[in-house]
Amino acid sequence: MARGFLKNIFTDKIMLLMVLPGTLWFLFFSYLPMFGTVIAFKEYRFSRDGFWASIVNSKWVGLDNFKFLFTTNDAYVITRNTLLYNAAFIVLGLILSVVMAIVLSEIVNKKLAKLYQTGMFLPYFLSWVVVGYFAFSFLSSERGMLNQVLDYFGAESVQWYSEKKYWPFILIFVYLWKAVGYNSVVYLAAIMGIDKSLYEAAMIDGASKFQQIRNITLPLLNPIITIMTLLAIGKIFYADFGLFYQVPRNSGTLYGVTNVIDTYVYQGLKTTGEIGMTTAAGLYQSVVGFVLVITSNYIVRRYNRDSALF
Amino acid sequence: MSSVVRKKRDFHQLSKPWNVIFNLIAGIFAFLCVFPFLFVVIISLTDEGTLARDGYSLIPAKWSLGAYRYVFESGDMLLRSYGVTIFVTVLGTIISLLFISLYAYAISRKSFRYRNFFAFFAFFTMLFNGGLVPTYIIVTQFLGLKDTVWALIMPLAVNAFYIMILRTFYITSVPDAIVESGKIDGAGEFRIFLKLVLPLSLPGLATIALFSTLGYWNDWFNALLYIDDPNLVPLQSMLMRIETSMQFIMQNSQNSSLSLEAFRSMPQDTSRMAMVVLATGPIIFAYPFFQRYFIQGLTIGAVKE
Repeated sequence: MARGFLKNIFTDKIMLLMVLPGTLWFLFFSYLPMFGTVIAFKEYRFSRDGFWASIVNSKWVGLDNFKFLFTTNDAYVITRNTLLYNAAFIVLGLILSVVMAIVLSEIVNKKLAKLYQTGMFLPYFLSWVVVGYFAFSFLSSERGMLNQVLDYFGAESVQWYSEKKYWPFILIFVYLWKAVGYNSVVYLAAIMGIDKSLYEAAMIDGASKFQQIRNITLPLLNPIITIMTLLAIGKIFYADFGLFYQVPRNSGTLYGVTNVIDTYVYQGLKTTGEIGMTTAAGLYQSVVGFVLVITSNYIVRRYNRDSALF
Repeated sequence: MSSVVRKKRDFHQLSKPWNVIFNLIAGIFAFLCVFPFLFVVIISLTDEGTLARDGYSLIPAKWSLGAYRYVFESGDMLLRSYGVTIFVTVLGTIISLLFISLYAYAISRKSFRYRNFFAFFAFFTMLFNGGLVPTYIIVTQFLGLKDTVWALIMPLAVNAFYIMILRTFYITSVPDAIVESGKIDGAGEFRIFLKLVLPLSLPGLATIALFSTLGYWNDWFNALLYIDDPNLVPLQSMLMRIETSMQFIMQNSQNSSLSLEAFRSMPQDTSRMAMVVLATGPIIFAYPFFQRYFIQGLTIGAVKE
């Protein structure tokens, strides 16, 4: 008996040793920064005596940073941009990804379908820096392809990188270009998992291909669509920094339509140096994001226990 | 009726015209996804003078390898960046795999008494984070990683989502009986892990390794935050820097014979595009072979215990 108990402790020791590196990493890179959000309630002063001294010696200012953040117009603009862009990404991305998955699954020649999928999947493997270059080759005002096309048709050239009104469309287009191939993978896998005999039965009943898609494929995709969408809504407060920073080339004139919470926080850290207020903006994002994830997961659970995150 | 008989046995098939339309939809979209890369390759092969006159065109009036020649001649910067990226990717993937596979294995074992605590410890980081500023302050002031290679490696080393994927993989692909049989034969926990569990979970590990490799290869964000030293600039970050100025090349070129005149005649635009091609080339060639694993990883992520 006693030996068994000792053995247990020993086993746990080995297991604890196994989780040790990861645990230390989480402590330093996840939990300490969480603790670091107290800076949002302080007037941050960097001190030479190191990290703890900087935090402890900074004066408490309560909610001043938040007050300051929300009295500026910035808070409204970045929240609006983040939410609207993400909403557009979720809706359009969903429609296109599902359509693409159905199209790929129905193509008769499977080798060709595989080839198309490989092509669509490519953008997922490219970094935003490279995508920024790609965009530039089309949008560059002197040399870009778009202006050449406009020129050819006798239209005016456009200074793409200083004209606000086009950017919502450009950003949504680039997002879809990069994400649809990747997202359709999930839906395609779900379609492949559908029982073929359902389609055969429908055929015998005389259902056309499109009736089959409407009455079999889509209803059976419904659960995964709902879940993916709810999970995306859970992340709606987080923008893809790379897209909004690299593709518009950090152009100041475009900030009104390209600035999102993530780029705002980055600029606050690197250029304006408003540490307290920037941390407040980050904390605001984290807290709202947390509430959204919990809520959306709760709804997923109600809907389908197995697909919830937790 | 007779037409039904003549039909192939496969009921689940599209009619010819619709098949053509579907092929067009998928084909055009796939082409759009690949096209920008081809365009950048064409630009990089264009003669600089022609480019200055005509702009970026699909069929340049004059082709040239000047851009690549230039990049290779003043190439110690590109080489160094390649070196940094390869070093960070290899070491990062190894560390990543080590941390993640051990952690995921421990929380997959029912005999581990604190597994729920550690599972939650990892999982909670997916729900809430401190944000960019505190992370930056910790990495630079508390850990002192600014301008070290570790600033490029450690922030990406562990990822709770990968831990969850791998834990699912262990649970589904390593039967308890195997671990038990190892115990009966008197193997220790580590030995069981190395000799029995790892070989069985190679596909899962390969998936995580590929995710991790791609993440390191494409990372520019950590370099943007933490790296000022030109000797530590990875590929992607170098592309960002030359985007704004070719002077970066000037300052870092060992080739001191580069006078101002030479700088003026430098194949600026084309060589930048050549660097983009050289930086993405490896991925473009490698990914069709590894696509399977990525798809597997994406679809396994949706499965739970």
